[in-house]
Amino acid sequence: MNLKGKKIKLHDNALRDGMHSVSHQFSLDDMVRMAVALDEAGMPLIEVTHGDGLGGSSVNYGFGKHTNREYLEAVVPKMKNAKISALLLPGLGTVEDLDMAAGCGISTIRVATHCTEADVSEQHIQKAREYGLDTVGFLMMAHMTSPEALLEQAKKMVDYGANCIYATDSAGYLLPDDVTDRIAALRAGLSNDIEIGFHGHHNMAMGIANSLAAIEAGAVRIDGSVAGFGAGAGNTPLEVMVAVCNRMGIETGVDVDKIMDVAEDIALPLMPTPTRIDRDSLTLGYAGVYSSFLLHAKRAEKNHGVPAREILMALGEMGAVGGQEDMIEDVALEIKKKSA
Amino acid sequence: MAINCAMIGSGNIGTDLMAKLQRSPNLNPVWMVGIDPDSDGLLKAQAAGLKTTHEGVDGLIPHIEEDNIQIAFDATSAYVHGENNRKLQEKGVLVIDLTPAAIGPFCVPPVNLKEHVGEQEMNVNMVTCGGQATIPMVAAVSQVQPVEYGEIVATVASKSAGPGTRKNIDEFTRTTARAVEEIGGAKKGKAIIILNPAEPPLIMRDTVHCLTETEPDQKAITESVHAMIKEVQKYVPGYKLKNGPIFDGNRVSVFLEVEGLGDYLPKYAGNLDIMTAAGTRTAEMFAEEIENGTLTLTKLV
Repeated sequence: MNLKGKKIKLHDNALRDGMHSVSHQFSLDDMVRMAVALDEAGMPLIEVTHGDGLGGSSVNYGFGKHTNREYLEAVVPKMKNAKISALLLPGLGTVEDLDMAAGCGISTIRVATHCTEADVSEQHIQKAREYGLDTVGFLMMAHMTSPEALLEQAKKMVDYGANCIYATDSAGYLLPDDVTDRIAALRAGLSNDIEIGFHGHHNMAMGIANSLAAIEAGAVRIDGSVAGFGAGAGNTPLEVMVAVCNRMGIETGVDVDKIMDVAEDIALPLMPTPTRIDRDSLTLGYAGVYSSFLLHAKRAEKNHGVPAREILMALGEMGAVGGQEDMIEDVALEIKKKSA
Repeated sequence: MAINCAMIGSGNIGTDLMAKLQRSPNLNPVWMVGIDPDSDGLLKAQAAGLKTTHEGVDGLIPHIEEDNIQIAFDATSAYVHGENNRKLQEKGVLVIDLTPAAIGPFCVPPVNLKEHVGEQEMNVNMVTCGGQATIPMVAAVSQVQPVEYGEIVATVASKSAGPGTRKNIDEFTRTTARAVEEIGGAKKGKAIIILNPAEPPLIMRDTVHCLTETEPDQKAITESVHAMIKEVQKYVPGYKLKNGPIFDGNRVSVFLEVEGLGDYLPKYAGNLDIMTAAGTRTAEMFAEEIENGTLTLTKLV
């Protein structure tokens, strides 16, 4: 694989996807310290919100320690070079939430839908473009549809006004060839001024390999998180990605020593348990289940005595999509009834 | 004598509604209004012997007097409801709003239908499908003890969510959240909607989380929830308590499944049924009032 001379933009998700790993309990100081350190390391784009984005604070997904406004107002003014992004899932977050985030000074909004439901993003993408934001269409659970169908959904988001489209491997299910097929379909089918991105999860340890496949197929934005701080077995670990990119001659603009230090000195100590591939997070990748279900399933195991792995397998079989955290307890209760 | 009705909007909701109205003892569906001459809903209405127009509400207005249309159901979208409502009310037609526009007072039949009796209202809003499915449960809890916070999660099959619903997704969450407060009785409300494209399609699922102000009275809440389930089942037979209520500290959670009658879309689309059945039940109550003279329809000038 020869990627020498390619230029990519890395996008750190530790302060958003990593919120899942801490049940959305980062303090304002945690957020600011990590964001400032990432900025100093040269990270160009950093996502900051509740794990489920704007409007995510809820019984269903967990209440945030602070509001999204408080997090954004704390972090945005501290950035020297890095830009801040926010995530918005239509059906949960609304245009009013977008208004708030735009007012806080975000540069990028990522409007996220299930990979077959792009048409719920019209209101939000249009409004984001009116604000002049860098507007990303974020197609989640991209393993659940074909590359051709993914392209059709991407075209809708582009029509609404998105200037960048992501194939998002929310379950960490995709293998490198699957990523190549999806990114290549998007690159071939969308006009050249539309950027393509890839968001990986490390549940099958494919974070780096999938990101490289994405770059080779035409992606120029790559998500990850420092120390892999994210849902499930985490995201593509960015300190590793930067090191690999340096060896391969891919330009990221991020300082490898500094980002290693952020991983080791700031991110790791904030993890309640190490982000790693345990049997439950591996099951997410293996069965194609939304990564943020992990801690909820572990909690249901504790409360109802049904193994998390069994719950996750059942959710995979029923075709649960992102956001259906409410089904985790329901499935646990159903399994319990059947075994009674 | 049945009251003559018009349905505005020939999509999923309007077409399912037609089937419900055809079975109603005191409502008579006469007109179906659409904007696409080839829409499945208009073709079905023609086949059923209804009058149709594909020129929107303007195609209906000239016929309101001669066909004595007294109740209209608006199943278009929140964006056009205001204008439709104005035109219909100028003609003295009572409007049942099935969009999330919510310019009139909310109606969730098992909770507050009776409060609308004698109010001389000319526009009532049916909240949303998710609201109709979940607000009775919020009310069942808040009737026992104060609810600090009510949150509902409605998951519908992608195939049952038409373009109107998709364009109006913010209106869905806003309107539902407000009705969780105003009708459900929660001090603060939140609504979440999820579309699931699984094949075969999933039956509509709804989850209701309430945080009570004080420790929940488990026995009283459980009884209240079961009683309310029976009330909803009177007009939506496929409304089922799947799990719960379960109690975890001050959290009360109820897991519901809503199976439809399969009138228009197959049975998985309980979200259509609960909306159209609630709209029909509400209109039937108004029809009785019109018939017995307690409600006089007035033209808005």
